[in-house]
Amino acid sequence: MTGKTLYEKLWDAHVVRADADGTALIYIDRHLVHEVTSPQAFEGLKLAGRQPWRASSILAVADHNVPTTDRSQGIADPVSRLQVETLDTNARDYHLTYFNMNDRRQGIVHVIGSEQGATLPGMTVVCGDSHTSTHGAFATLAMGIGTSEVEHVLATQCLLTRQMKTLQVRVEGQVGPGVTAKDIMLAIIGEIGTVGGTGYAIEFAGEAIRALSMEGRMTICNMSIEAGARCGMVAVDDTTIEYLRGRPYAPQGELWDCAVDAWRELVSDADAVFDKVVVLDGTAIQPQVSWGTSPEMVVSVGGRVPDPSEEADPVKAEGMQRALQYMDLVPGVPISAITLDRIFIGSCTNARIEDLRAAASVVRGRKIAPTLKQAMVVPGSGLVKVQAEAEGLDQVFIEAGFEWREPGCSMCLAMNADRLQPGERCASTSNRNFEGRQGSGGRTHLVSPAMAAAAAIAGHFVDVREFSS
Amino acid sequence: MKAFTQHTGRVVPLDRANVDTDAIIPKQFLKSIKRTGFGVNLFDDWRYLDKGEPGGDNTQRPLNPDFVLNQPRYAGASILLARKNFGCGSSREHAVWALDDYGIRAVIAPSFADIFHNNSFKSGLLPVELDEAVVERLFREVETQPGYQLSIDLAEQTITTPSETLNFAVDSFRKHCLLNGLDDIGLTLQHADEIRAYEQRRYQQAPWLFAGVAAK
Repeated sequence: MTGKTLYEKLWDAHVVRADADGTALIYIDRHLVHEVTSPQAFEGLKLAGRQPWRASSILAVADHNVPTTDRSQGIADPVSRLQVETLDTNARDYHLTYFNMNDRRQGIVHVIGSEQGATLPGMTVVCGDSHTSTHGAFATLAMGIGTSEVEHVLATQCLLTRQMKTLQVRVEGQVGPGVTAKDIMLAIIGEIGTVGGTGYAIEFAGEAIRALSMEGRMTICNMSIEAGARCGMVAVDDTTIEYLRGRPYAPQGELWDCAVDAWRELVSDADAVFDKVVVLDGTAIQPQVSWGTSPEMVVSVGGRVPDPSEEADPVKAEGMQRALQYMDLVPGVPISAITLDRIFIGSCTNARIEDLRAAASVVRGRKIAPTLKQAMVVPGSGLVKVQAEAEGLDQVFIEAGFEWREPGCSMCLAMNADRLQPGERCASTSNRNFEGRQGSGGRTHLVSPAMAAAAAIAGHFVDVREFSS
Repeated sequence: MKAFTQHTGRVVPLDRANVDTDAIIPKQFLKSIKRTGFGVNLFDDWRYLDKGEPGGDNTQRPLNPDFVLNQPRYAGASILLARKNFGCGSSREHAVWALDDYGIRAVIAPSFADIFHNNSFKSGLLPVELDEAVVERLFREVETQPGYQLSIDLAEQTITTPSETLNFAVDSFRKHCLLNGLDDIGLTLQHADEIRAYEQRRYQQAPWLFAGVAAK
């Protein structure tokens, strides 16, 4: 008998029942909830006269609509305010643990879950948000779900689903200095495309992945969905366990020791067989910049905007043509010649302490380019913000000309007041460069925090490895 | 849930790959706490020449004449023909609600993003996956034949065009739910005893999973 992949171990441990046709009911250990995708689910629950199956499995937080400026006056936009107030009410009515807008632990749902130790190895984790894949960094089966499924999990603690195929993405060798988790993931998406992971659970492995911190692994797993995969994961090792030790919701004492013994098993067996394997050479990965309107449209910072006429597939060529038009770029232009209006350092992809340290180390002692309209840093959580301030990073950013904001999703998706104006171009550490994602008509280039910081200083893209005062 | 059995309707072609859920329903409309009323803002950025806001009067807004949904020949269409990776990006079920509210009953594409595909079945919207070459042929037929219609029969798993009958695959459980308009939650709760038994078994193995996130 061959061994099991990590995904198969997680799956097998959570099957409540399985039908002959492959439809299975899997048990959900942790349910993360935010204000945008939950109101209709709670309403459905209420209309049916149901209660949450296990309210203690739920951690709720307001993140998408919250202002990142002074919150003492509440939310100005009445529609956003109602949505957050609806979560306030639901959390109160159903006795949920809830970090409201003014809680010091408040932050982006995918930052606070792991920060609090609410995401533990071996768990199934769901949230009405496609970036739930982030939590797979802790060897969890973590998936984004729709609002009807949120209601289903609330009512039954289970998800109706089918087993996915397995894809191992192995990044061999070590990446060079200045090349980060974000660059690795953009390079992976550039390689396998936005459909490459559809129908698969991805396990990220190889020397370059093992060498990453938990923050880096979260960045990688976060963008699994941009490669089409509902979930991505990394096996447990010492890095995982050390990150979790002492976190508020992590087990303590004897229970901790038992848990760690169990967690050590959460690796793919040596003889496990994946349905598909993709191997990348980590040593060849350069800092990445997206040029188009899909995360697969990326090139190395030393490259040029590609030419659709050189693309053989007509549907793809047309997509490239449309993207160039939207992005107001012409083929052949060096990436380093692209000038920027705004810089956004934040999001569930890149707003953890390590990301802010990386950006601050580039910015330290420098000023942002006078041609920029704005450069902002939005910490991923209140606790990340406190930590950064304790390290003096806020001052580094402020002295350089950045705005230092309150935590939230902010300009990753522009549901609050933070957004691009039509035609503006932004270097962003977020995860999606779709048309209008950061504001109607806005143009997004996805990069790492260090690359965004370097672009802020230069006013245009620049290879962070060659960046000097 | 709304059932889907058979449907005949006009087809509208959306000729671009990787149509994401941000495009299907832009973020400003996600602030609604309702499931209805998203149809007028379906594809808002492409459909209108100005920028839409929630609660605004959409009847006075300038339409983009180049966008397919605004072309008279596709008026009243209820079947959307699309390219690969339709519905990628955000998990927002509002995308499905917007399509449904507009009057779209089925989407045909070479591939769908997983979460969108899943969400569709929950609101009675049928996603049909066909080979890329077949989709390409349908695009040519729709564009050359004004008033082009298709008939979809879920029980038979067939699509009938003016010239041929095509078969499509669908998960048997989802098909059953969709044909009968069944509520997933009600079905799952029939297995409540099994869920409780699982919890007891699992608690013995891994009690830390049940510690919960009570106030600290």
